[in-house]
Amino acid sequence: MIPGLGALTQDTLWCFSQLKGTVEIGATEADIISTVEFNHTGELLATGDKGGRVVIFQREQESKNQVHRRGEYNVYSTFQSHEPEFDYLKSLEIEEKINKIRWLPQQNAAYFLLSTNDKTVKLWKVSERDKRPEGYNLKDEEGRLRDPATITTLRVPVLRPMDLMVEATPRRVFANAHTYHINSISVNSDYETYMSADDLRINLWNFEITNQSFNIVDIKPANMEELTEVITAAEFHPHHCNTFVYSSSKGTIRLCDMRASALCDRHTKFFEEPEDPSNRSFFSEIISSISDVKFSHSGRCIMTRDYLTVKVWDLNMENRPVETYQVHDYLRSKLCSLYENDCIFDKFECVWNGSDSVIMTGSYNNFFRMFDRNTKRDVTLEASRENSKPRAILKPRKVCVGGKRRKDEISVDSLDFSKKILHTAWHPSENIIAVAATNNLYIFQDKVN
Amino acid sequence: MDRATHCPGPSMSQKQEEENPTEETGEEKQDTQEKEGVLPEKAEEAKLKAKYPSLGQKPGGSDFLMKRLQKGVWSTISYPLTLEPKALGMRSVEQKYFDSGDYNMAKAKMKNKQLPSAGPDKNLVTGDHIPTPQDLPQRKSSLVTSKLAG
Repeated sequence: MIPGLGALTQDTLWCFSQLKGTVEIGATEADIISTVEFNHTGELLATGDKGGRVVIFQREQESKNQVHRRGEYNVYSTFQSHEPEFDYLKSLEIEEKINKIRWLPQQNAAYFLLSTNDKTVKLWKVSERDKRPEGYNLKDEEGRLRDPATITTLRVPVLRPMDLMVEATPRRVFANAHTYHINSISVNSDYETYMSADDLRINLWNFEITNQSFNIVDIKPANMEELTEVITAAEFHPHHCNTFVYSSSKGTIRLCDMRASALCDRHTKFFEEPEDPSNRSFFSEIISSISDVKFSHSGRCIMTRDYLTVKVWDLNMENRPVETYQVHDYLRSKLCSLYENDCIFDKFECVWNGSDSVIMTGSYNNFFRMFDRNTKRDVTLEASRENSKPRAILKPRKVCVGGKRRKDEISVDSLDFSKKILHTAWHPSENIIAVAATNNLYIFQDKVN
Repeated sequence: MDRATHCPGPSMSQKQEEENPTEETGEEKQDTQEKEGVLPEKAEEAKLKAKYPSLGQKPGGSDFLMKRLQKGVWSTISYPLTLEPKALGMRSVEQKYFDSGDYNMAKAKMKNKQLPSAGPDKNLVTGDHIPTPQDLPQRKSSLVTSKLAG
């Protein structure tokens, strides 16, 4: 198989690799994973949860003894990123749930990531310490001050090795810039700036400056009664530091160029698929709301996720997507109950693989779907404890829509809508995926032959 | 610039042979569904209107979005009390507290429910002494390490 061309002739078999988290039926809400993200090399995998905690896993070095197993991910660091706050002015609680984590590319020995809740973005530095100074003049070994009268000689502290300690420290706190809830953060390719987006506004920050940010998009109407759409996601172009996109609740995507003007209210490109008016229903707008937008690694395409589909758009064609994939179209006949139980508002994310040849997104019943853009084949897999034996190959799943149900299939009415996979991540260069199923994190790898 | 990777294709080879017969009938079903493709959504809409007759005519309009933005924003615009927040497309309404005292009371009640064994003395700072940070009840019952790290 030639790397980089995609597996056009050979199919990939996905195997279970690891499962993180407990089995408890009464798992607390704080344990629900709310974001998953690999860093740029894939060496680190970060998760954020509803309790405001971040857990970072590190891939262990592959040993020559265990060729059958690629490096596993073990806990590297964990810290409380955000805490619940109370907004006294508005008498409302600010949730500590981590909405997004984004890594900065590594520039020195330390790792940096941005994590955000609804209101505040924080820059965290994760660094290792394996030496410590010993032999201070004025302090004893426990850190207590020595009585100066007892000091008779001078000594110079020396660095001695110690057990590896991984420390996470908040280096910057970017607060008080968003009236509405932050839904996205995105690091710019210049590595100096990043943006944060809420329902109506997008702000541009410099990493060094925490008390100011530039507002680059503001779609709040003068009269709130005229409000027709909100911003749902935003992302910078992977290579062009002047370009970014943002998606809306009406199913449109706008591409903006910061060179055009300081305030990018006027888009440079506008992506919208025309809708057949005769198909319009009460649910049309709700299910067209885009929950996630992601640039391809190449920067030539964007992928959007709405309630029932994933679409790939070419940046050069604004009037329709180049590819549309049905994630779970069988839910179309369940929209009424999905509206009643709020599931219709679930925000699914989507991810590209490293070569942009396969896209992945989650569904219900702990199912997740992969679409191969080249072969046009798709597969439904399940993250379940039953398939959690080491290196067990995942069997494709199938949902049957009516009539005869075959033995291995599951009917639409039996789907568990409380088991939703909203967050997934794909290693930047290898076939390793991380899938968040409520409070559990599954790691799958392709079969190593 | 494409990254050099080795890329997957979904695993279908084994299953496909078994599933071909079903796929054909599935496709037939799909054809009829496509003809009536409009109906599932419209049928669901009719169901919904039957249950909630007061549902607004413009579900995607400003009411729907305003409710969405209400989470976290104090608004002076009042809404007709007859319309349920749900019918406007609102997700679970975030509870508003009258003030910080109201908030602390609510949290204390929740905390007492969760940890019935906790001594009442620890929670109350009644004025016998000047409170220190250790005495004050934490907003979170305990900062527990994530189970993912366990």
